[in-house]
Order: sequence, then structure tokens, then C-alpha cells
Amino acid sequence: MRKEDISLDEKKKFTRLEAGFKDMETRLKELEREFQQTQSQMLTNDMTIVVFSGEMDKLMTAFVLATGAAAMEINVTMFFTFWGLSALKKDVQYDGKKFSEKMLTLMMPSGPGSTKLSNFHMLGGGKKFLEYLMKKKNIQSLSQCITMAQDVGVKMIACQMTMDLMGIKPEELLDGVEFGGAATCIGNATRSKINFFI
Amino acid sequence: MANIKIDCKNLMCPRPIIDLSKAIKTINSGEILELEVTDPAFESDLQAWIKQTRHELISFTAGVPMVAVIRKR
Repeated sequence: MRKEDISLDEKKKFTRLEAGFKDMETRLKELEREFQQTQSQMLTNDMTIVVFSGEMDKLMTAFVLATGAAAMEINVTMFFTFWGLSALKKDVQYDGKKFSEKMLTLMMPSGPGSTKLSNFHMLGGGKKFLEYLMKKKNIQSLSQCITMAQDVGVKMIACQMTMDLMGIKPEELLDGVEFGGAATCIGNATRSKINFFI
Repeated sequence: MANIKIDCKNLMCPRPIIDLSKAIKTINSGEILELEVTDPAFESDLQAWIKQTRHELISFTAGVPMVAVIRKR
């Protein structure tokens, strides 16, 4: 074999290797892309709660679960819609509202303290009795549960649509509450293993 | 000997696990936390908490109050 033949042979080999290497590179990039996609679709231990109800006992359930999950190092997002928004009210405003909105404001609870019981309310007597028992047994009140949820980093989102519908202003809600719609709620839920509706 | 002790006597669900999770954040890995609890749900809650957070339960003594000793992972 002459010298030139060897170098020609090696050149061919080198081109083949180079082609193979380029092929591997594209495949690796494809795999990387696929991996990222799968990773973004993977479920996390996160938890979401849609809080629809505005009764004290149901709200208690939602907040006890939310704070309990936060204690277990689970990220919790609560989405408040319709009557659930009562839990987030810090005070009530009438200025600058339409007549219908004023009426709704008047008829709805002015905050977690004035929510009713879903059962045994008995014109407020049942609730008073339950609150007495809770105090006696050292169980936290709804307001304390809400403060604790804020304290442990539970994310709270108020439904923008319900707020518009009922004329609830952002200033009437607790500080730190975020605002969003259905897509915000679903976006969180798709990543979460635990999804509740209360 | 425990690095910190927390008193959760007379606190009801979910306060004990919330106080526990707050307290565990204040210590370093490998350090030990001891807590006293009277909430009857705590025994079961603690098992779930340990499983989820993967800290190490060194000992659990039933009684009033029950005493749990945990090492931070």
C-alpha cells in the first residue's frame, strides 16, 4: 500500500465519524428537548384548593388543610371564588359602588368573623356555641387560621371575575392576595397531585 | 440531648405540625428536636409528616403528653 492510499482511507473514515458524531449531536438535542417537556409535565407534590363556599366550617376545613399541607413542605395555592371570597375580606367599602354592588356588599359577610355555619347556624346561636367550644378546646378561630396560612406562605388567589360581578374591590381584600382567572387556577392544578374543591 | 424543645401541649390540629415544621427550619441538619404534644391526632399526623418530609424519627413515646424526638435530615 502506498502512502497516499492510507491517507485517503483515513480521510473517508474521518468523514464517516464526523457524520456519525453530528447525527449523535442532533439526537442528543432532541432527547434534551423531550426531557424538558416531560419534566414540565411531571406532577409535583403541590396542592390546590378551590374555595367556593363561604361558610365558617367549610372555610375552616380549607384553611386547616392548607396550613397542614404547608407544614408538610407542600406548596399550597388557594383559589377563592364566589362565596369563598368572604374569607379574604379585611374590611368593607361602599364608596364608589353601584346600588346593586352596595346591596351585595351589605348582604354578604364583611369578613371571616361574620360568616355563618353550614349547619346548626340557628340564627347565629349555633355558631356562638361552636366558637365557645373551640375556644374552650383551644382550637384556632377561622381568622387565626387565615393569619397562619399567610404566615406559612400559602398562596391565595382571588377570582377576578367574581370580584367584578359582586363589585368587590382589591382594597377590600387582605394584603398579599393575588388576582387571577380560570387559567391561573387550572395552570396550578395541572402541576399538582392534590386538588380540592371546598 | 435535644438541641431544641418545643411545647405543643394543649394545641389542636394542625398547630402541632405547623409549630414542628417552623421549628425544624431553625435548626441545622443532624440536630435534634424534641416536642411534647397532647393532640390525639398527632401520632398519625407525625407518621405522615415524617414520611413526607423524610426527617428521622428517633423516638416516639405515647402518653399525655406524647413525646417525639426528631433528627433533621
